[in-house]
Amino acid sequence: MTAVTTDAVTTDTRRAGRWVYGSAVVLLCAWVIVPLYFLLINTLSAPDTVNSFPKPFIPEFDLGSLTFFANFAGMLTALKNSILVAGLTMIMSIVIGAPAGYALSRFDFRGKELFRLLILLTRAFPLPLLALPLAVMFIQTGLDDTVFGLALVHTTLAIPFAVLITFALFSGIPLELEEAAWTLGCTRLTAFSKVVLPLILPGITASAIFAFVISWNEVFAAAVLTIENRTLTAFLLQNLDTSPLHLKFAGGFILVVPALIFIFAVRKYLFAMWGIANR
Amino acid sequence: MNARLLPYVLILPVTLFLCLFFLYPFLLVSKQAFSTGAGFTLDNFREVTGYWKFPITMRNTLLLAAAVVPIQLALALLMATMVNRMKKGRDLVLYVWTIPLGISDLAAGIIWLAIFEQSGFLNSMMSGLGLVDKPVNLLTFQNPGIVFLAIMLAEIWRATAIMLVILVAGIGLIPKEYYEAAEVFGASPWKRFLRITLPLLRPSLQTALVLRVILAFEIFAVVAALGGTLFPVLMGETYAYQFDLLNSGAAAALALIILAISIAFTLIILRVLRVPKGATI
Repeated sequence: MTAVTTDAVTTDTRRAGRWVYGSAVVLLCAWVIVPLYFLLINTLSAPDTVNSFPKPFIPEFDLGSLTFFANFAGMLTALKNSILVAGLTMIMSIVIGAPAGYALSRFDFRGKELFRLLILLTRAFPLPLLALPLAVMFIQTGLDDTVFGLALVHTTLAIPFAVLITFALFSGIPLELEEAAWTLGCTRLTAFSKVVLPLILPGITASAIFAFVISWNEVFAAAVLTIENRTLTAFLLQNLDTSPLHLKFAGGFILVVPALIFIFAVRKYLFAMWGIANR
Repeated sequence: MNARLLPYVLILPVTLFLCLFFLYPFLLVSKQAFSTGAGFTLDNFREVTGYWKFPITMRNTLLLAAAVVPIQLALALLMATMVNRMKKGRDLVLYVWTIPLGISDLAAGIIWLAIFEQSGFLNSMMSGLGLVDKPVNLLTFQNPGIVFLAIMLAEIWRATAIMLVILVAGIGLIPKEYYEAAEVFGASPWKRFLRITLPLLRPSLQTALVLRVILAFEIFAVVAALGGTLFPVLMGETYAYQFDLLNSGAAAALALIILAISIAFTLIILRVLRVPKGATI
């Protein structure tokens, strides 16, 4: 008898435990999604509704706010600048960072620890602050207020991640594959381009996207280094005090959308990247 | 190509790039901070720290970090252990939880502004429930507590994901055998968490905390969107020195102060959570 009752008790507690667990998961998902949903409602409502009270809890699918955003002077240029800077950052951080990631994963060389320290050091720095002295340097070299100049700073932000991520990715590909290619008559370069590159390409794309997001989201350096050629974040920041609510919300929404897509695209790599980057 | 030289050729671009855009600007900012035209001086620091707003900005920044980071750590640990034992829907839940990872601090500030502003969703809900008759202006200087709470919530909402990702990756590296062995010896889930997960997660905890604490001292856009000038923080003051007051020497000095705090906290975290020599999973 006692055995039966304890059994019943444990299944009861287990069921209760599962219920708590399940509702905690749902609650935490809601914690992330509901604020985003509120932003969506505001974006898809007419400007009048956005400024009215009380707020509806269902979007009315009016494109008024978004049209206002698109017609606001300088906004589309800012959007274009943002895309350009992020694109350049993406290309530069991979082209410069990936070879170093390969070197770290394949070779033991003197100064390797020092190099790793340099990379890790950049992660331990509030990097956007370095935009302040760079502003002066850029004025001297004519890079001030240009898309390329800002992309250089954003690349500094993205490069430690690019190196560590590609290091993790290359480490995941056995050296034996390359060696097999060498014995079959490949040089180091052809073995790399024919064997390693196809295997690594999805991962490289993921880390490139990560670099894009870093640049896309950066506010401080963008606000410091651009005046005429504002990026979207800098433009929104500059107009925070003066712009009407519906403009802020539409702008925020435009900032969020690519992030949603990109995180979805790289979700498989997020964890692999960090798993090895920690070692 | 010579195999001995190849690794150096491969790391050369990064090294050059970082020297030019990381080490060199760092030297520049130090020089700017310690000079006001001629010679070595501490005037900039004196000016910055002597300003009446400085103690407030410093306190605000530290207070915010102290309030936000522990909650994020606890939340990220909870989420990571929850995800770890999940069988169905793991990918979907992880995707949802990592969404804020891609969202900029400015966008996060704007999102929470939608909730806290006068005609926002919090007011709509409260009036719907009959708690208030007319919309209350929550984000004003009369309600410093609510401004702080709004910024705190926005920060927790936005930046827990980065810790979560690092911790999930770290937990994935802990061999399942340890848990099985502990279960055989009758360790409760809580014991297993304390005795296996936490100690073996130390390298990941280190990375997560260092990254997160540094980002916490860099807080800028969330505050700008939600509090404006109501809640001054260090990074915002740096921006103000550079642009509103056009005093780049003072801005540089303040930047160095932020750097110093970041480095001090990094060292403390690395020291407290150091991995014993030779210990591996």
